[in-house]
Amino acid sequence: MASKTPSTPTRSGLRSAPRRKLLLGTAALSAASLLPRRPFAASGPATSAINTTGLAVTDEAVNVGILHSVTGTMAISETGSVEAEKLAISQINAQGGVLGRKINFIQEDGASDWPTFAEKSRKLLVDDKVAAVFGCWTSASRKAVLPVFEQYHGILYYPTFYEGLEESHNVFYEGQEATQQIIAGLNWIVKEKGAKTFYLLGSDYIWPRTSNKIARKHIENFLKLQVVGEEYFPLGNTEFNSVMNKIKLRKPDVIYAIIVGGSNVAFYKQMKAAGIDLVNKQKLLTISVTEDEILGIGGENIVGAYAAMKYFQSLDNPNNKAFVSEFKKMWGEKSVIGDVTQAAYEGPWLWKLACEKAQSFDTEKVIAASPGIEMKNAPEGYVRIHENHHLWSKTRIGRARADGQYDVLYETADLVEPNPFPKGYQ
Amino acid sequence: MIGGYSIGDLGSILAMQAFAGLILFSVFVLMALGLAIIFGQMGVINMAHGEFMILGAYMTYLTSNLFKAYLPAGAFSVYFFFAMILAFIASGALGLFVEWIMIRHLYRRPLDTLLATWGLSLIMQQAFRSIFGAREVGVDLPQWMMGSLPVSDTIQVQINGLFVMALTLLITAAVIVLLFRSRWGLQVRAVVANRPMSGAVGIDTRRIDRLTFALGCGIAGVAGAAFTMIGSTGPTAGQLYIVDTFLVVVFGGAQSLFGTIASALTISQTQSAIEFFLSGSMAKVITLLGVIGLLMLRPQGLFVLKVRR
Repeated sequence: MASKTPSTPTRSGLRSAPRRKLLLGTAALSAASLLPRRPFAASGPATSAINTTGLAVTDEAVNVGILHSVTGTMAISETGSVEAEKLAISQINAQGGVLGRKINFIQEDGASDWPTFAEKSRKLLVDDKVAAVFGCWTSASRKAVLPVFEQYHGILYYPTFYEGLEESHNVFYEGQEATQQIIAGLNWIVKEKGAKTFYLLGSDYIWPRTSNKIARKHIENFLKLQVVGEEYFPLGNTEFNSVMNKIKLRKPDVIYAIIVGGSNVAFYKQMKAAGIDLVNKQKLLTISVTEDEILGIGGENIVGAYAAMKYFQSLDNPNNKAFVSEFKKMWGEKSVIGDVTQAAYEGPWLWKLACEKAQSFDTEKVIAASPGIEMKNAPEGYVRIHENHHLWSKTRIGRARADGQYDVLYETADLVEPNPFPKGYQ
Repeated sequence: MIGGYSIGDLGSILAMQAFAGLILFSVFVLMALGLAIIFGQMGVINMAHGEFMILGAYMTYLTSNLFKAYLPAGAFSVYFFFAMILAFIASGALGLFVEWIMIRHLYRRPLDTLLATWGLSLIMQQAFRSIFGAREVGVDLPQWMMGSLPVSDTIQVQINGLFVMALTLLITAAVIVLLFRSRWGLQVRAVVANRPMSGAVGIDTRRIDRLTFALGCGIAGVAGAAFTMIGSTGPTAGQLYIVDTFLVVVFGGAQSLFGTIASALTISQTQSAIEFFLSGSMAKVITLLGVIGLLMLRPQGLFVLKVRR
């Protein structure tokens, strides 16, 4: 998808979209004028001024979409994102909404099925005329909705850390792209732990493969160290005994693991059973295990592992403390918050800031206003939107505790620049 | 140097790999046993087999929580045995119910049972999701079941592996005794060999079918309980096992219990050996190709029972 030029609508889109938008726009305007005026809009600018493209904006409210899987395999991962986005929206509304409008969300279920994601995003953009969509989780679902968002000029806020190699005019990437996560983590473990040899592992699909490619190039070409093994397992693989044997024989300083989903549970349980001691003997660095995953893995199976990502629930700063307590108040005391959940929380806020800077809900104006937007109340600290639509963010190293949380050991001094097309790493 | 390893390492490689292969073998047998019984006896392809396993896993999760909440700390170390019994009862009872409400109406339509049990698997997945939440649950294990026994520096024996092996041995033995030494087993084998004739001599084939289905599901439940030690427990985790399970059963020859065991042995040893010298994904590919090739030569699977149709 990276080869496709962003923001080039297809021909049919060019022909039909303006007229349909015009029709729907006038319909929305006349409907809005019939409604009684509510206090919510008292402070905001006139609807006609901030919505020139017929989005679902009235004098009182603006509609946005939430598009995640709440059924199917991916529901495990995406539930947290839905919760975070709803929390952010309710907080923004409590502060008076966006441009004087209350945010209403329309939630659709992608059902862990990529064509469904595309169909639902078309529904949100064409039928519901939402001003922005917060959604998707896997790269596959994002790739599926990308043409839809480009054709109908929507905005997607995408929460997951991912492999990079993409930069769409219509997408804002709230998670870290691969180099942000990988390079800082590897540098740290080499500098602080004196690691010399690495064993790369991953589930067999685009994200782990691309990430390990970057990791290998960085280890071999920049750090001048050695990769002693690289291996992939089918998604959902549940047997890891052979690779445990290989690890024992090759004795790498660091196991670099990018295993996802149910495989993760099997991998760490079997590693513990195989007697590989992550606390005292073996170093393991992962970029795929957040607090969410540890719930399933069990803290005692993964205690001692290092993780490199931008957010941990245990981060000690006032923003995060407030965020964690609000999150637990809304979704229950037992909730855990992982990296992606926190990133999803930033989506509605970044969109709000961009709308206010643009003084408009028009997607093109919001997109144009976005680069340079700073979010100071982010739980992870301060983030800023880069011209390439990714976020400047710090990378942190955490070490897993037996209670399923991470101890934060290190964070980069400066924000790490997002670099979705890294030179020398492809 | 072979495969990049020194000669000195090869001894421990062999020992460890043999053991890894044996664990995989036990896992395969445990997974496939329930399915093989149902498939072999009734010709029903139970697509919801994985979900019956996960029901067992969730029963283990519930039992562990109950033990933690209501019983003294010492009792926790033995909860797993109770959990397996409960898993057997729960999955077996559900199997009984499903047979009564759905499967028995479809005996003459094997393709429809495929579709119906697949639907059942979706229903069960969503039920798990509604009851236990979409996220995976972590099942706590008693301390003695984790870790490994060190034999030498590079050779370590996983305790949970030993446990699964022992359990597999026990259940397989029990099933063999049931099938070949009990009156029920005799009736089952009679029905497999010739259904109308068994009916004619007074065997209640309906009852045999129902019990067989329940037994198969119950064994799936026990397998699921055991797999909480090595795998994940989530609404869709059953799907992770189903492909391997079918592979083992079909390759072994659907109606032969010994075929299932032999095929589990072949597939597990091949897979774990290839995995060692190549990689996880390649091992799956090569194993699948091998199985497809052999099935083209022997469409009935490794072992064929003489059956009159």
